[in-house]
Amino acid sequence: MCVLFQYNNVNVGYFNMSLTIDGNYSPLIFHKVLDIQKIRQDFPILNEVINGKPLVYFDNAATTQKPLPVLNALTRYYEHYNANIHRGIHYLAEKATSAFEASRHKIQTFMNAQHVEEIIFTYGTTDGINLVSQSYGRTFLKAGDEIIISTMEHHSNIVPWQMLCEEKGCVLRVIPINDEGELLMDEYEKMLSEKTKFVSVVHVSNALGTINPVAEIIEKAHAVGAKVLIDGAQASSHIDIDVQALDCDFYVFSLHKLYGPTGMGALYGKKEILNAMPPYRGGGEMIKEVTFAKTTYSDLPYKFEAGTPNIADVVAAYTAVEYVETLGKKRIASYEHELLVYGTDALKTIEGLRLVGTAKEKVSVISFVMDGIHPQDVGVILDQQGIAVRTGHHCTQPLMQRLGIPGTSRASFAVYNTKEEIDKLVVGLERVKKMLS
Amino acid sequence: MTINEKQDELIEDFELFDDQLDKTQYIIDLGKKLAPIPEEYKTDENLIRGCQSKVWLHSEMRGDVVHFEADSEPTAQISKGLVSLLIKILSDEKPEAVANADLYFIDKIGMSSIITSRRAGGLASMIARMKEFAQRATEKVS
Ligand SMILES: Cc1ncc(COP(=O)(O)O)c(C=O)c1O
Repeated sequence: MCVLFQYNNVNVGYFNMSLTIDGNYSPLIFHKVLDIQKIRQDFPILNEVINGKPLVYFDNAATTQKPLPVLNALTRYYEHYNANIHRGIHYLAEKATSAFEASRHKIQTFMNAQHVEEIIFTYGTTDGINLVSQSYGRTFLKAGDEIIISTMEHHSNIVPWQMLCEEKGCVLRVIPINDEGELLMDEYEKMLSEKTKFVSVVHVSNALGTINPVAEIIEKAHAVGAKVLIDGAQASSHIDIDVQALDCDFYVFSLHKLYGPTGMGALYGKKEILNAMPPYRGGGEMIKEVTFAKTTYSDLPYKFEAGTPNIADVVAAYTAVEYVETLGKKRIASYEHELLVYGTDALKTIEGLRLVGTAKEKVSVISFVMDGIHPQDVGVILDQQGIAVRTGHHCTQPLMQRLGIPGTSRASFAVYNTKEEIDKLVVGLERVKKMLS
Repeated sequence: MTINEKQDELIEDFELFDDQLDKTQYIIDLGKKLAPIPEEYKTDENLIRGCQSKVWLHSEMRGDVVHFEADSEPTAQISKGLVSLLIKILSDEKPEAVANADLYFIDKIGMSSIITSRRAGGLASMIARMKEFAQRATEKVS
C-alpha cells in the first residue's frame, strides 16, 4: 500500500506502508520510500539553468535550498499577518506572536529540549556562539581558565573564543586530529583538567564531513566540571539532535542549512545556566521595566532577544522543521549516505584526485584536491558546467594549515540530489583535468 | 593603443567563442604564455592578500608610464590567464589612465564572478593595488 504524502498541497513523496506492516524499520531501506523526483519538485530553484546547463547544486553545506512550503510560509506571513510581536493587542499582532512562539515550540521538540524557554532565537550559529562567549564567557571565565576547541572548527567557533581569551586572559587549547580528519580523543582526555572551564566543538565538520563523538566529549568535559557548547551548524540537517540525551549545556545551529530561511538560528541552553547569564544586548523586548535609575530584565527566553526579532524567518522556520520531519531525518540520512558512498566511489575513479577527510563516521560531504590543479580553477570550470561546489578554505584556515593544503573543492549533498548529478560531477571533473593539462 | 582600445580588441577576440568553457580555455592558454617574473619580485610586500590563489604584483614607474609585472602560483592557471589580461590592459599606461580605468572587459568576457568578488577571493584586490599605485603616482607628479 502506498500513501501519498501531501504537504501544504505539495507532494513530498510516497511512504510505503508495507514496510511498517512488515515491521521492517531498518533505516537503511527507509529512504527507498522517499520519492526524490517528487521532492525535487518542491525546490523551484533546481529548475534554474546556469551557463546553459541545468543547475547541479552541490553547495549544501554552505546553505541548502528552500522548499515551496517554506517560501509559501514567508509570503503567507507578509500577506496575511505581518505585525510586530509581543506588543500589540490587535488581531495581526496576536496572530504573528502565536506563530512566532509556535516556532519556538517546534524547535524545542526538534532538539528535544526540556523547556521551551531554553530556545533562544538568534541570527544563526555564529550569533549563538558569540552570545555564549560574550555573556557566559565574560561573566564566568577568568584569567588562566582553559577553553578547548578542536582543529576542525569553523572560524565562527574559533574567533569568538580568541576574542574572549584576549580580553580575559583565558587559554585556548586545541584538540588535534589524525590524517583522516578524526579527533584524537586520547589527546583530548589528556588536555582536560580542573583548569578546563569550557569546551566548544563542532558536531559535524563542514570542511570534511566528520561526525565527532560529541556525547563522549560532553561526558568527559562534565567530569572535570567544564561546560560544553556544540556547534550543530552542519549536523542539524543530517543527524537527530537530542540535547537531553547529549546533556550538552549549549547547542547552536542555523536554519538556512536546514532548508529554512537565512538570518535565523537557534541557541539551546540549559535553563539554569541561561538564567544565571546576563543579557548580551540591551533594548526593547528584553526588559521588564526601564527607569533612568535602573532597568530590570525579562525572563527567559526574552532577555536574550533584544529588539524586533526576525519574525518572518522565525515563522517560516516552523515550516522548514516540519518539512524535514515529514520526510524523516532517518530517511534523509540514509539516502544521503547512499549518495556519499556512491559519490566517494565515483570520485575515487578519477586519477590524480585525492579525498580530504576520510573519517569512518561522515555525513554527505566530499572534500578533495586534484594533483597540480588549484581548487579555484576546479570551482570555476565546474560552475561553467552548471555545477555549484565550494572551493577554498571553507572558513577553516587552521584545519587547512594542519592538513598542509591551501584549500579543497567540496561537494556536499542534500536530500534532493541524485546519483545522476554525481555522474555529471565526474564528467565535469574530467573536463577540468583536460582543460588544465 | 588606449586602455579602452585594448579592451575592445580583447572583447572581439573573445566573441569568437560562444561557449564559456572555450573562453576559459583561451584564458588558460594565455596564462601559459605569461612571462614568469623574477624571483626577487615574489616578496611578501608584492603578494596580494585576499585572493584565493597567490598572486604577486610588481609595480614601478618607467618614465611617465606605470609598468606592472605579475604572476600567480603555478597551479592557479585561470588566475594566471586573468593576470596576464590585466597586465596587457593596464601596464605601460599613464598613471591617470590606469587610476581611472573602467574595466568593462571583465564583464564582457564572462569573468566578473572570478575577478570582482572579493569574498570569493577574486582578483579584485590586484586591480585595487594597481589603481592605488597609479593614483599615488599621479599625486606625486602634480
Ligand atoms: C560548522 C559550522 N559552524 C558555523 C558556521 C556558521 O554558520 P552561520 O554563518 O550560519 O552563522 C558554519 C557555516 O558555514 C559551519 O559550517
